[in-house]
Amino acid sequence: MEVKSEISTKYSDLYLENIGKITDISTPFLNSFREEAMQKFRSMGIPTRKNETYKYTNLDIFFNHDYRNYFIPVPSDFTKAEEFSCDIADLDTHGLVLLNGFYPTLNGKLKQLPSGVWIGSLNEAARKFPELVEKHYGKYANGDSDGLVHLNTAMASDGVFVYVPKGVVLSKPVQVVNLVHSDVDMFNQQRNLFILEPNSEISIIICDHTMTPQKFLTNAVTEVFVGENSHFDIIRVQNEHNNACKITHTFIHQEKNSNASSNNVTLHGGLIRNSTHHLLEGEGAECLSLGLYLADKFQHIDNYVNVIHNAPNCSSNQLFKGVLDDMATGAFNGRILVQPDAQGTVAYQKNNNILLTDDAKMDTKPQLEIYADDVKCSHGATVGQIDENSLFYLQSRGINKREAQLMLMFGFAHEVIQNIRIEPLRERLDNLVMQRLKGELTRCASCMVKCG
Amino acid sequence: MFIIKGKGLIIEATMAKEQDNIINEVTSGDYKYGFFSDIDTEKIQKGLNEDVVRLISSKKNEPQWLLEFRLKAYRHWLTMKMPAWAHLKIPEIKYQDIIYYAAPKQRAVLNSIDDIDPELKRTFDKLGIPLEEQKHLSGVAVDAVMDSVSVKTTFKETLAEMGIIFCSFSEAVQEYPDLVKRYMGSVVPYTDNFFATLNSAVFSDGSFCYIPKGVRCPMELSTYFRINSANTGQFERTLLVADEESYVSYLEGCTAPQRDENQLHAAIVEIIAEKNAEVKYSTVQNWYPGDKEGKGGIFNFVTKRGMCKGNNSKISWTQIETGSAITWKYPSCILRGDNSTGEFYSVAVTNNHQQADTGTKMIHIGKNTKSTIVSKGISAGMGQNSYRGLVKVLKNATGARNYSQCDSLLLGDKCGAHTFPYLEVDNSSAIIEHEATTSKIGEDQIFYCNQRGISTEDAIGLIVNGYAKEVINKLPMEFAVEAQKLLQISLEGSVG
Amino acid sequence: MLSIKNIKAEIDGKEILKGISLEIKEGEVHAIMGPNGSGKSTLAAVLAGRDYARITEGTITFNGGNLLDMSPEERSKEGIFLGFQYPIEIPGVSMVNFMKTAVNEHRKHKGLEPLSASDFLKMMREKKELVEIDSKLANRSVNEGFSGGEKKKNEIFQMAMLEPKLAILDETDSGLDIDALRIVANGVNKLKRPDNSSLIITHYQRLLDYIVPDIVHVLYDGRIVKTAGKELAFELEEKGYDWIKKEVEKNEPSWK
Repeated sequence: MEVKSEISTKYSDLYLENIGKITDISTPFLNSFREEAMQKFRSMGIPTRKNETYKYTNLDIFFNHDYRNYFIPVPSDFTKAEEFSCDIADLDTHGLVLLNGFYPTLNGKLKQLPSGVWIGSLNEAARKFPELVEKHYGKYANGDSDGLVHLNTAMASDGVFVYVPKGVVLSKPVQVVNLVHSDVDMFNQQRNLFILEPNSEISIIICDHTMTPQKFLTNAVTEVFVGENSHFDIIRVQNEHNNACKITHTFIHQEKNSNASSNNVTLHGGLIRNSTHHLLEGEGAECLSLGLYLADKFQHIDNYVNVIHNAPNCSSNQLFKGVLDDMATGAFNGRILVQPDAQGTVAYQKNNNILLTDDAKMDTKPQLEIYADDVKCSHGATVGQIDENSLFYLQSRGINKREAQLMLMFGFAHEVIQNIRIEPLRERLDNLVMQRLKGELTRCASCMVKCG
Repeated sequence: MFIIKGKGLIIEATMAKEQDNIINEVTSGDYKYGFFSDIDTEKIQKGLNEDVVRLISSKKNEPQWLLEFRLKAYRHWLTMKMPAWAHLKIPEIKYQDIIYYAAPKQRAVLNSIDDIDPELKRTFDKLGIPLEEQKHLSGVAVDAVMDSVSVKTTFKETLAEMGIIFCSFSEAVQEYPDLVKRYMGSVVPYTDNFFATLNSAVFSDGSFCYIPKGVRCPMELSTYFRINSANTGQFERTLLVADEESYVSYLEGCTAPQRDENQLHAAIVEIIAEKNAEVKYSTVQNWYPGDKEGKGGIFNFVTKRGMCKGNNSKISWTQIETGSAITWKYPSCILRGDNSTGEFYSVAVTNNHQQADTGTKMIHIGKNTKSTIVSKGISAGMGQNSYRGLVKVLKNATGARNYSQCDSLLLGDKCGAHTFPYLEVDNSSAIIEHEATTSKIGEDQIFYCNQRGISTEDAIGLIVNGYAKEVINKLPMEFAVEAQKLLQISLEGSVG
Repeated sequence: MLSIKNIKAEIDGKEILKGISLEIKEGEVHAIMGPNGSGKSTLAAVLAGRDYARITEGTITFNGGNLLDMSPEERSKEGIFLGFQYPIEIPGVSMVNFMKTAVNEHRKHKGLEPLSASDFLKMMREKKELVEIDSKLANRSVNEGFSGGEKKKNEIFQMAMLEPKLAILDETDSGLDIDALRIVANGVNKLKRPDNSSLIITHYQRLLDYIVPDIVHVLYDGRIVKTAGKELAFELEEKGYDWIKKEVEKNEPSWK
């Protein structure tokens, strides 16, 4: 049942034309997935609104566009990446920068931190640690309902690899800065793999930035293995221009008693689609999925969260909040699936939205699918405005209306930020949110590229 | 059994006594409506084609425009596929094996109660449906629909004095063609969905009700549906029009005999509420759910929709869904008039192998429209119970308010409870809130009852009825007692 | 200071205030008592500028200015403070940030520089002691998770911070146990100065054991039907509101 849509054919042709270049720089193991993934992509195509998980998002305009495509890195650009410093870069982190989905050669492709943690290029890791990569790569990303995951598996050639050995606790977060920089419109795909062996701990901050005003389309897949008793946080801070389309798929596989948080903070972007999957495979696993999105103009932000309770006594919590201004549109699709054996499940889900104008629009679809009986699950969703009573309360204390509205929006957003588990980051994000709400932030303050 | 009782002071005492009876009666848990009545039936050949559609129309002596409506629907149906989006496993339905028209044979026109086939009368007696004159004192007007045909409408004359029309759909087509033509298909167009389109092509009968301007209908109007013949589908159609400033409360009940094969029921209910009108529509759905192994049972694929057409109008749906092998229904409100109100109160039970995908749609179009959704799902055995609801606020619907509460209760570890709400908001002045919880029946509550000497089964009955109370309280009193009992019965044997 | 002249107000088309006149001078403590539904809270809302009550007639001047022309925040900065009957919970907004913004808005209005962070915190500390509010409360979000008593104490704390000319306390005593009531009343009394005034709105007399009013008004069915000294409160406590109702009906049967 091949999907005969023109766009899908276009990407299929692109694959056929460039598969040589891709396989040349990649390892045989990564290459061994490509053909089958491409076949699956051909049968599923680019997701349309008929796909229940893309019901409120239309990707066509971005996928219809003609991009220049990079399948191998262009080293000359990497100097640009070196100049970049991010707003939260002065946070004490282990930093690494990716340009257009590739790991710059300048930094060295794979390095070991003093703690024994490896970070660097996935491509390089596949050569250096074949058994590790083979054990985990492609095991967690599930494209059953999303052809774009297959498109990524077929064509992505590099991304970030992180390996945390058994019992290692990394106190400083790792910060990955994803830069998109190109003189021409560009499509890139990135593939990340993070492995946490048992009893380990790491936090990864991913910052997405655009450096040039061209039209960009990114389709990134991240697979995470969180071993027994391990602790993992991933925080994505998205700040891209209105002409960029960012699609991320994050699959977090959690073993027994592991604890993982996924956090998507979207400050700016043209069309953003984050799909986050927590696969609770081991008994007693816990997860927290947070999302904050602030959108104006014609931006569209879509968050899909899929928490699968596959084992007993796991707990999950989803909290997503958004403020939509101007003509911005938002979508939230959260799912809690409790499988028959997952007794003792506790699962919560909440999505709250504020619409500031009549032209803003929000579609929300929180879902519960429950096949076990010993469960405590609840979800709630609201779409509304700034609360009149709260506004009046602030005004009655002498705070002017504009300021009071700002405070309330900030308070609304802060409820998400305060749950982020990396404390120093919270303050910075609060500042960024405040700036964003005041309209001062169209790009990170220290960015030298005027991309807003 | 449906027990229709008089209203008045005795009700409360009756309720308390009923409560005792319920607990007492719950010892044998089989479907109690499963007898098959031996009634002479006129059936047509099985299968569906244009000739069958024409035949149905001609049997009913329909005007040309109605035949054309049916044919348009049939041709459109041929282009459609059965919807697959619901959270249901539906076995293949062989539409050519279904008999699309089956009518109890009757002698000419029914002038008095004596004209009804005695066997038919006994059937309704067994169901406790008051067709006899003396029971008319009970104050409920009844339209009884057996298989596809309306067999008797009571109280017609009394209602006619007030200008209220309450009769079978076929009769309305003959007697009030203008009204039927004006409103039929105006809320559920013949293209609406696979099952509604099928119904539009082959519907055989149903009820028609018109409440004129400024009239408050003094009694509950009620329709009883029964599928009796084997291999037949039931495709009835109800059209209810409440003109300006009017009020009506309408009840609907249904049963079917136990049969091994599945039977299809694809009905349409259309409601129109004009300016300042209020319609309350209550359903106790108790079609045969199939046996413990999941064999047999009714496929209940129903399209129910109301249009709050005029300003300040109100439509309220209440449903107790305990029957059917598979239920697929979403009683909805289109809130077109300014300040109009839509309500949906539902209890759905799935036990054994039953599946239900039910909920509502609230479409806010007018200004300052309000909607309330309260859904209580109860899953037991291998039952799969889904709430699916849409709250949509259109761009110009300023001041829209919605509150939804969807709870699921799980009894046993083989069943499932699912919630699929869709909230689509395109207006910044809207306040839309949705809350849902899913939990297991409280073990401490059961223990508490046990400690006071109440058996586990009875305790579950009490707890479930308490859980569903908010919805049951919305039913007219006559049905509330019945509904409580049904809940209890349909959950028997669900806890091992 | 405050002069209310023949104020009429309606909510959703229903007239709630049916012509109220009231004068409050500097240094005076007035109490307004009345049965439920008499319009007490509506009067408070009208004074603070809540817009659900629509004013159809009458004037209110406050220190010479036209109060009805002012936004709620202007009224606050001019010195009107409303202690809410049901203080609002504002998740995510910290008490510190909330009060700092409010205090500095008030200072700006007076032509003063904003307080430095340390001066502000010092002020917070002092005022907290005054109303015996738990230090921890100030670190939380505004009213979030506060008990009923804590919320009311927090209102008095804010009053201390903003130093109003006219404090309107809307049923501040409702939902308080006797200790909390005492603390709240002490707070109010400590903040009393010869140049500021209070308007205490209450259903019961018990708060007036602690805050002694100069003048007591009885509000009934949208009008002030009786005005007297503090002894009126005792009389009401003793005889209940039925007494007033009867008297009113006797005198002006046309109301019904």
